[in-house]
Amino acid sequence: MIKFADNRASKQRKENLAFLTFRIMSYFVVVILAVIILFLLYNGARVISWDFITAMPAEGMTKGGIFPAIVGTLCLVAGSMVFAFPVGVLSAIYINEYAKDGLFKRFVKLMTNNLAGIPSIVFGLFGMSLFVNTLGFGDSILSGSLTLGLLTLPVVIRTTEEALRSVDNSFRQGSLALGATKLQTIRKVVLPISFPNIITGLILSIGRVSGETAPILFTVAAYFLPKLPHSIFDQVMALPYHLYVISTSGTNIEESRPMAYGTALVLIAFVLIMNIIANLLRRYFSKKVKMN
Amino acid sequence: MNSIISTRFLNLYYNEFHALKGITMDIQPNTVAALIGPSGCGKSTFLRLFNRMNDLIDGVKITGDVLVNGKDIYADVLDVVELRRTVGMVFQKPNPFPKSIFENVAYGMRVNGITDNQYIAEKVEESLRQAALWDEVKDKLKKSAFEISGGQQQRLCIARALAIEPKILLMDEPASALDPISSAKIEELIWELKKDYTIMIVTHNLQQAGRVSDTTAFFYLGELVEYGDTKEIFTQPKDKKTQNYITGRFG
Repeated sequence: MIKFADNRASKQRKENLAFLTFRIMSYFVVVILAVIILFLLYNGARVISWDFITAMPAEGMTKGGIFPAIVGTLCLVAGSMVFAFPVGVLSAIYINEYAKDGLFKRFVKLMTNNLAGIPSIVFGLFGMSLFVNTLGFGDSILSGSLTLGLLTLPVVIRTTEEALRSVDNSFRQGSLALGATKLQTIRKVVLPISFPNIITGLILSIGRVSGETAPILFTVAAYFLPKLPHSIFDQVMALPYHLYVISTSGTNIEESRPMAYGTALVLIAFVLIMNIIANLLRRYFSKKVKMN
Repeated sequence: MNSIISTRFLNLYYNEFHALKGITMDIQPNTVAALIGPSGCGKSTFLRLFNRMNDLIDGVKITGDVLVNGKDIYADVLDVVELRRTVGMVFQKPNPFPKSIFENVAYGMRVNGITDNQYIAEKVEESLRQAALWDEVKDKLKKSAFEISGGQQQRLCIARALAIEPKILLMDEPASALDPISSAKIEELIWELKKDYTIMIVTHNLQQAGRVSDTTAFFYLGELVEYGDTKEIFTQPKDKKTQNYITGRFG
């Protein structure tokens, strides 16, 4: 008979220690987020008011509000999504549903991943060169949106692709076996099933885009522009850039410090709200898909 | 007799792998043909020839002829969508769409361009009755197809296939994922459906093959070892391999 070592106690100790470590690490993540938010609340909460959100900046950005920056960021987010959603979703459909496994598909995927790895400041430079100068859009919402759209494109493609891939093949086969075409199968079966995950990916990418500074630096962002844009060829202020400006090169950095924290708080709140909406939408649509 | 399905010297390759070897076989209308054999013998691949489901796999190459209703279904001019309307399929795992029970059955009609809602409603009921499911679901047609049991889902998938009036039904181990009672219901159903359809069924359950089929084909390593009357195959097989398999000596 085999003689097993009686090391139950030591096994148990190792087990406990390992999972304690894992648990601490997972708490650590939560703590970091909590500290950041508390830090911003502590420093920025007192400047937050209705006026801060709805008023123009005043007195060299040490007083007043950040209304134009909020509007600017919303414009840029909307503009970039108008570009990135259709291009990203459609190309993800092509990659996942149509392209045959092979060199071309691998090449496209590799390029998509490489695109995701390019630093955002490089996108900024590229956007300036292509949209602002070559195409002559100037410093404008259009240039900034397109640059941000390019930046987020790989994220949209990847999340959409993952959403499509998670649709079990038996659904596709079931549909095709009933005489549906590939396009009908995608439209009526694959997309409805993957829709909750696609929409979540899209909204998370909105969160990403709203916080990017480098790509808008040379393509749209205005240092100080206390009025609202009238067309897509206007410049705008934007939250992340505004934050950068009043923290580094404002007229009076010390005095505008609380404004900076307030701006950061608004930006973070925007991203958090986007994430919450993403979650709610996913739950809503997951339910709806089954009932439909 | 005129066979509704036939293959002539059919070979199928997955890239280098020779999965089906020179198969010649005929199936008569309104019969049930069971395909049996150990896992990996090619019987499912063979089944999927007839609605060209193998097309979905990269690297499949076919030589020889596959005829359905006398037509070469691998001819260039053939419309695959049209073929799949004539040759329905039920899969191993119930795969209803995440839609309502009604919409699941209506799906095949809708994608094939039928818009007459009254016709669709009538056909949905008729198909559900044919699949012996109507009484169980008639009060919850609007409910999600995921809310009924696995056995009911499989009958829903059969109803879904019947709704577009195919001539042939391919069944890939349709009862293997089901409990014994649901499984028995599917078998009963196959008996009923034989009146109107020609059925090919892949099964690992030899008793099931014996119960439901008129003819049985035994596949082994990509070859059709023996094909004939089910009773004969099970009582006096001509080939030693067949005998070993049905007596449980391997597989």
